[in-house]
Amino acid sequence: MSNSAGAPRFRRADHTAIAKYLQEGDRVLDVGCGDGQLMELLKSERRARCQGLEISQRGVNRCVAKGLSVVQGDADIDLPVYPDNAFDCAILSKTIQEMGRPAFVLGELSRIAHRLIITFRNYGHWRARWSLLTTGRTPVLGGRTSWYAEGPQRQCTVSDMADLADELGLKLVDCQSVSDPDKANSSLFWINLLSEDVVMVLEKSSDSSS
Amino acid sequence: MSSVKTPQNAEQLRIARITDSGGPLLLACGQSLDVVDIAYETWGKLSPNKDNVVIVCHALTGDQYAGGVNPITDRPAWWPRMIGPGLPIDTNRFFVIATNVLGGCMGSTGPASIGPDGKAWGVRFPTLTIADMVRAQIRLVESLGIDRIFAAIGGSMGGMQVLEWARQWKGRVAAAIPIASAARQSAQNIGFYEVGRQAIMADPDWCEGAYLEAGKRPDRGLAVARMAAHITYVSEEALKQKFDRRLQDRQDFTFGFDADFQIESYLRYQGASFVDRFDANSYLYITRAMDYFDLSTEHEGQLTLAFDGVDARFCVFSFSSDWHYTPEESKAIVRALNAANVEVSYVTIETSKGHDAFLLDEPEFEAAMTGFINATADACGLAAGLVDEHAG
Repeated sequence: MSNSAGAPRFRRADHTAIAKYLQEGDRVLDVGCGDGQLMELLKSERRARCQGLEISQRGVNRCVAKGLSVVQGDADIDLPVYPDNAFDCAILSKTIQEMGRPAFVLGELSRIAHRLIITFRNYGHWRARWSLLTTGRTPVLGGRTSWYAEGPQRQCTVSDMADLADELGLKLVDCQSVSDPDKANSSLFWINLLSEDVVMVLEKSSDSSS
Repeated sequence: MSSVKTPQNAEQLRIARITDSGGPLLLACGQSLDVVDIAYETWGKLSPNKDNVVIVCHALTGDQYAGGVNPITDRPAWWPRMIGPGLPIDTNRFFVIATNVLGGCMGSTGPASIGPDGKAWGVRFPTLTIADMVRAQIRLVESLGIDRIFAAIGGSMGGMQVLEWARQWKGRVAAAIPIASAARQSAQNIGFYEVGRQAIMADPDWCEGAYLEAGKRPDRGLAVARMAAHITYVSEEALKQKFDRRLQDRQDFTFGFDADFQIESYLRYQGASFVDRFDANSYLYITRAMDYFDLSTEHEGQLTLAFDGVDARFCVFSFSSDWHYTPEESKAIVRALNAANVEVSYVTIETSKGHDAFLLDEPEFEAAMTGFINATADACGLAAGLVDEHAG
């Protein structure tokens, strides 16, 4: 899960997109935090109080060595240990498509945190649609390899995610293209068609706490 | 059998009488002790502003000889990989204090000590709790002129003490590292320790606890207690790797009750060597203290409330194959700390070595310990240490 382990300091576009949605001093759970790059950013720029959840020993050790709080565990299994409403915000930064039980994970996170921020690769993008239409083969986006590569790699679209949120009783608060925030006011239809990477903000529908 | 290796033949012991300055020590059972000695050992140097103190808490059968070489046995201490110059608990940076727990038998006051009537306490010694042990440690630390510590670190029963340190000294403990431990003793563990206690008390040489007065020692009972407990310290996989069903120096069964199997021979050795260095009544008292340990009891089962107001930064460690103090029990601590809004990290080390892994060669464990300790010390503004040979 360590997307950028060992990489020099640079700013991932989706990290910047995520940071926009945080308020000063928020309590944040970063699910699949890797080596803690996003938590470092959120700590320094949003003074967020971050805790990571990470499955790999390597990622956990790196976070711990950086002075970040991290709990070693598997989101598909270990989220039930977190108490209700422990965090203002839970983040799934390019990890939802790696989960074995994405609906379970989203459901648990909505119990644990008030707000969910998700970034993911959108297979509703016109290029993916065109590729499937013209080649008859499952589209491959960005760094992904083939459909049969090991591990879960879920190919979902913005509309798919919106449907799941609805099913889980989560309110879609915002949805934007990571690479092109100018499309901020676009409708879901156009974001689904034109954005390769997407940041989505979900909240519990009937939750009035801050 | 050689004479028991107790403080009497150790001139190296450093002992502080903590009741001299603070008065009698009031215990959880309601009784108090007028005279309490605590034996301790230190490594490194106390910084001028006394901000670099690390307390290392030992497990059931450990003692104050945590780092380097144990001067009583001339063999490595119980945590030589962890404490020393350039090691995870870097004695170039930290002033490390380890005590022998109250109730122990390596110089601290315990059931083998002489009571007010001039005879050994024996089972007349008051029953202890983990909280009592930590109260005594705090007295000792205060008597050294220290009013806050950087970290409390310990495995197994030592981890229970770490939890108590964070609770009893709120605002004065910067980092807490409970390793392979639990916030409450499990029924399974109480059961195993009860087997051990019954073995000791069934030994005729126990003499209803007054064996020292009778000039005897319940070595057979204590050895059996150690053998039973030792099984819980290793995983089944480790036993299989190390011994499986292999026979001890023989080609076939003897069709008798000799130690035919290597595992039998190994356990008998563990039992026999243990009685040389441990007092049977101490074993009763210390295991009892662990049995009584349940931080949630005062809070109607709500462990989270036990951590209310705790402000130490935690790093909780567990080992995947530990069935004595399971990863699930460590996770319960993490869950409660999370709910209590206490900063916590949690690391599970993948290993086949079982509970004792925290004492053994586990590079990932040592790396995570080093990382957490140094990052937290940096965040607390502690000086980098005398020899900074691990810059990175």
